[in-house]
Amino acid sequence: MLAGPLPASETYAFDAAAPRRVEVARDDLRKGLASWRLAWALARLDLRNRYRGSVIGPFWMTLSTLLMLIGLGLLYARLLNMSLTEYLPHLTVSLVVWTIISGMVTDSCTTMTNAEGVIRQLRVPFSVHALRSVFRNGLTAAHSFPLIPLVFLAFGTFPGVEGLLVVFGLLILLVNAFFAAMFLGMLCARFRDISPIVANVMQLAFFLTPILWKPELLGEGAAWLPFNPFYTLLETIRGPLLGGGGDPLVWLAAIIYTLLLGAVSLSFFARFRGRLAFWV
Amino acid sequence: MALIEANDLRVEFPLYHLAARSLKKRLLARAAARVRTDESNRVVVSALRELNFRISSGDRVALIGRNGAGKTTLLRSLAGIYEPVGGRIRIEGAIGSLIDPAAGMDMDSTGRENIRLRALYRNLDEAAQAALEEEVVAFAGLGEFMDVPIKGYSAGMLIRLAFALATAMQPQILLMDEWFMAGDASFIDKAEARLATLVSGAEILVIATHDMDIARRWCNRAIRLDAGRIVADGPVGPVVESMLAQTA
Repeated sequence: MLAGPLPASETYAFDAAAPRRVEVARDDLRKGLASWRLAWALARLDLRNRYRGSVIGPFWMTLSTLLMLIGLGLLYARLLNMSLTEYLPHLTVSLVVWTIISGMVTDSCTTMTNAEGVIRQLRVPFSVHALRSVFRNGLTAAHSFPLIPLVFLAFGTFPGVEGLLVVFGLLILLVNAFFAAMFLGMLCARFRDISPIVANVMQLAFFLTPILWKPELLGEGAAWLPFNPFYTLLETIRGPLLGGGGDPLVWLAAIIYTLLLGAVSLSFFARFRGRLAFWV
Repeated sequence: MALIEANDLRVEFPLYHLAARSLKKRLLARAAARVRTDESNRVVVSALRELNFRISSGDRVALIGRNGAGKTTLLRSLAGIYEPVGGRIRIEGAIGSLIDPAAGMDMDSTGRENIRLRALYRNLDEAAQAALEEEVVAFAGLGEFMDVPIKGYSAGMLIRLAFALATAMQPQILLMDEWFMAGDASFIDKAEARLATLVSGAEILVIATHDMDIARRWCNRAIRLDAGRIVADGPVGPVVESMLAQTA
């Protein structure tokens, strides 16, 4: 047996009359983010296990996105009366980013229920599971991102210096993914009907968001687009790469949506953290 | 100094995913004492009701009682997994819980990878991780199977690995369910020796068991639960006797 006691001698106290929920939630977040190495290891395991025995593994995602691009690109460029040079870079960025967003949202719903075994047996910060989901989707995303420079190269479109803003766009996306995993993960553990609803919403959002079509096609109606949170998220990445940095209004909207989701997610987490072990 | 203290501890399980209304009718019709509807109209099972106890250093406590008396729930509450709906609980000391042997194991990973994973769950640094790996590999004695995915393990091999992992570090407070008496004959001797070291090294032992011999052998105090309440708490001999007398 290893010498010495467990490293940290700790005190666990809970008083139902004074639950100190905010403090407990903050502690969970702090410890959870500090355990990023655990979340990272789990995310890599998830990916490995999901594609175990598969020859090209996660590159199936890349391949299916590529096939979608070719098929939809040829069809919709004709339908929308645009040249491929004009249309395909737009579609590539949009579709790649949308696949990531939609994957993250759908995956959020099972964040906590998939971790049931751990939640009911070990005292591990719940935010680790959310972080795991973010990492898992980030890793998957990293496999299809190379499609963007590839298509850019093929069509000779290159972003300017403002292309660097894409880093902030990705950051906003990851922060949102974390909040979504916390919120939807818990909500879907409690109400099992939420995941199919989320799946439906995402399908509808795919058509309502300018992915296949360009915002300009909406004419004056384009002014309403910032009310679509998915559009703003998409635009903080697409703007820097294709639109000369993106509309400041869109950036502002994206940041406001992130803060809103963060506020909802964290308050929900603080309030119901203690119930999660009974929900999963 | 390790300490466990509970005042009016109450834990309730909500029954969410059942057809609430019909279930409610059925259960309430039978006037079930432990299933009731709470303030917000949910069906809940009172798993633990108004528990008061204090366990201090040197106590070796056996939790005894029939199935469903609340033994495992109490262990999980002590481990900080189930949050009480009423009362207070305070635990001082590093907790080691042997509740579920397979907790946090990944069936698709090899034995060695699972050790590393557990080290991460426990927040160990590189050096401690290497020490844990060496220790677990030596104790489990699985040889070349250490590098085989654990879903290819037999039940006995899985127990060996789980046991080696769970008992590799000395906690101040040891919470234990009675799963550990499995494995082949040669391993049981080894396991018992390890448990004896672990138990004597821990300041507090809490073990949930059906086996009165285990209770008598390892413990000096017994808490008997029935329907979520403490019905007896005291030296292990008399409490076990009273339990046997009633069930016989």
